[in-house]
Amino acid sequence: MEVVRSQLSPASKEDFRIQQRRSQDLLRGDLDGEELEAYVQSRIITTTLDKAVAWARGNAMFPATFGLACCAIEMMSIVAARVDVARFGFEAFRASPRQADLLILSGRVSIKMAPVVRRVYDQMLEPKWAIAMGACSSSMGVFNNYAIVPADKFMPVDIHVPGCPPRPEALMHGILKLRQQIQLDPALGWRSRYGAENTIEVLPDEGDELLKAAAQEDPGTAMEVPGA
Amino acid sequence: MSTVDRPAGAPAKSAYRQMEESIDLSTMEQPLTGYGDGASHELLTLNMGPHHPATHGVLRLIVTLDGEIVRDLKPIIGYVHTGIEKTAEQKAYWKAIPVVERMDYLAYFFNSYAFCGAVETLLDCEVPKRAQYLRVIHMELNRIMSHLVWLGTSALDLGAMSMFWYCFREREAILDLFEYSTGQRMHTRYFQVGGVMEDIPAGWAAKVKEFAEKMPTRVDQYGALLNKNEILLQRLRGVCPLGEAELLELGVTGPLLRAAGNPWDLRKAMPYSSYEDFDFQIPVGTTGDNYDRYACRLQELKESSKIILQALEGLPEGPHITGDRKISLPPRHELATSMEALIHHFKLVTEGFRVPEGEAYFPIEGPRGELGCFVRSDGSSKPARVHMRDPSFVNLQATAPMCKDAYIADLIATLAMIDPVLGGIDR
Repeated sequence: MEVVRSQLSPASKEDFRIQQRRSQDLLRGDLDGEELEAYVQSRIITTTLDKAVAWARGNAMFPATFGLACCAIEMMSIVAARVDVARFGFEAFRASPRQADLLILSGRVSIKMAPVVRRVYDQMLEPKWAIAMGACSSSMGVFNNYAIVPADKFMPVDIHVPGCPPRPEALMHGILKLRQQIQLDPALGWRSRYGAENTIEVLPDEGDELLKAAAQEDPGTAMEVPGA
Repeated sequence: MSTVDRPAGAPAKSAYRQMEESIDLSTMEQPLTGYGDGASHELLTLNMGPHHPATHGVLRLIVTLDGEIVRDLKPIIGYVHTGIEKTAEQKAYWKAIPVVERMDYLAYFFNSYAFCGAVETLLDCEVPKRAQYLRVIHMELNRIMSHLVWLGTSALDLGAMSMFWYCFREREAILDLFEYSTGQRMHTRYFQVGGVMEDIPAGWAAKVKEFAEKMPTRVDQYGALLNKNEILLQRLRGVCPLGEAELLELGVTGPLLRAAGNPWDLRKAMPYSSYEDFDFQIPVGTTGDNYDRYACRLQELKESSKIILQALEGLPEGPHITGDRKISLPPRHELATSMEALIHHFKLVTEGFRVPEGEAYFPIEGPRGELGCFVRSDGSSKPARVHMRDPSFVNLQATAPMCKDAYIADLIATLAMIDPVLGGIDR
């Protein structure tokens, strides 16, 4: 974790002394009425609501209990005592995707599994994030064959954690990077650029209807509708 | 499983799609007869998985329920199919080891040993005694690790949550030992054809000894936590038993078979890698219920520690890999002085070693049962066929007969006690 340290300038040191004096006054009750109001207004934390929300979101992620293969075992060990994800507050693994907001793709995603993964991701409520853990879900890894799909092909992924499997510490680092991304928003709008926001869950018998509606709305970019 | 009617003008179905739709799946849909009267009392078909926290991986079960009672159960697999056997055919023998290792991801040393053992059989290669002992130590540590993950996650399924942290504490200790000797926590690629990759580092044996001496007392602590836990006992004792004869018919091996009283263990029955040198016992159960499955594995942890201590005690001096330069890489220092060593090194790295034509099946006792590797060679440096007989795959067949007419809660407990690893099942 990066910690930013900056030295106090002589002027700010003076400010600091003044603030100390004023807080002492406040404790003694010397400040009241309009003077107190002006004082409080000058001291209130000025921030946008978005920043406060982002700070809160970044510190309270609920990962989904979703294991795929080898990496799932290492994902389980971040909850165990050695790495202990509870130090940062991400230990509440949720069995239902409806309650989770972080999907850790821990392992290889086969072609048969990809629609299921996508559906689990769609079932999660916004805001939601995804971490592709390990080489398989990022780049098909050591296998690199017909059976594996990299996660980027079918869902938006925020963080890739390399390794085969990554150590628990590496996953921890990935989660902390994601926290940083959520709090400081360095994604620079990649989600809206790639249409990775507000995904919805589509039931098998609704698919054609939705495709037709999309075709009517924007004939240029819509996918081909079978039989339309 | 009905076919979807396509609107007119839709593209013709591909040959594959036609083949897929021609498969008769009516037996899957066939309603069970003999339960309920149909009107007031219906059977419910419930889908469990592939994303379900208690199925230990991405297993999907189609469960037919009569109230809360499981009447029928169909496992659907293939959700982590990775094409490992096919990929192994495209790689030279020594490059196939890392791929094969990733099948049953809790038994990586066993996977690589089954493969290396089969190739060694084809090559008729003698493995030095020290390498055999080192393999035994690593495999038994791996067995303990696998059982610890089983115990931690199973106890979690049964509501004993603190067990998870104790088991993973010991697992981390084992993984530290693996990292010390092999450089990786999981999927180490330590076993090579002809021996092991490197000799153990200084001080490793002492650390392993310390761990193996501590392990039996840890197992007693686990037992003290669980064996008198009424909730756990109610979900294990007398639940979902299956007799020895039926298990043998299904081809079930490993702790599940031993829990039913059959002491079949390949380490004793067909000793490999010097297992005949060690004095250990095979824990067996009596009734083959969930409690016996649990108790057998718990005792196996202790027996594995015993084997590790004996192997460390009698660890012979000597080379850690065969001296056959056609199979194993020459030591680094020889490359600077010997032209021949350089040629061998080049041949091995670029092409790999060639294996004489033939086929071999090499079974070993994995943590879940008989883990066998079949390799067919066509004389080239790449295997013509690699196939694994994975114990999880065969053991999974027993789920339906075990859970028939049991409560759905017992299905979760039984699945935990079967301990399937989906990476091994789907490969």
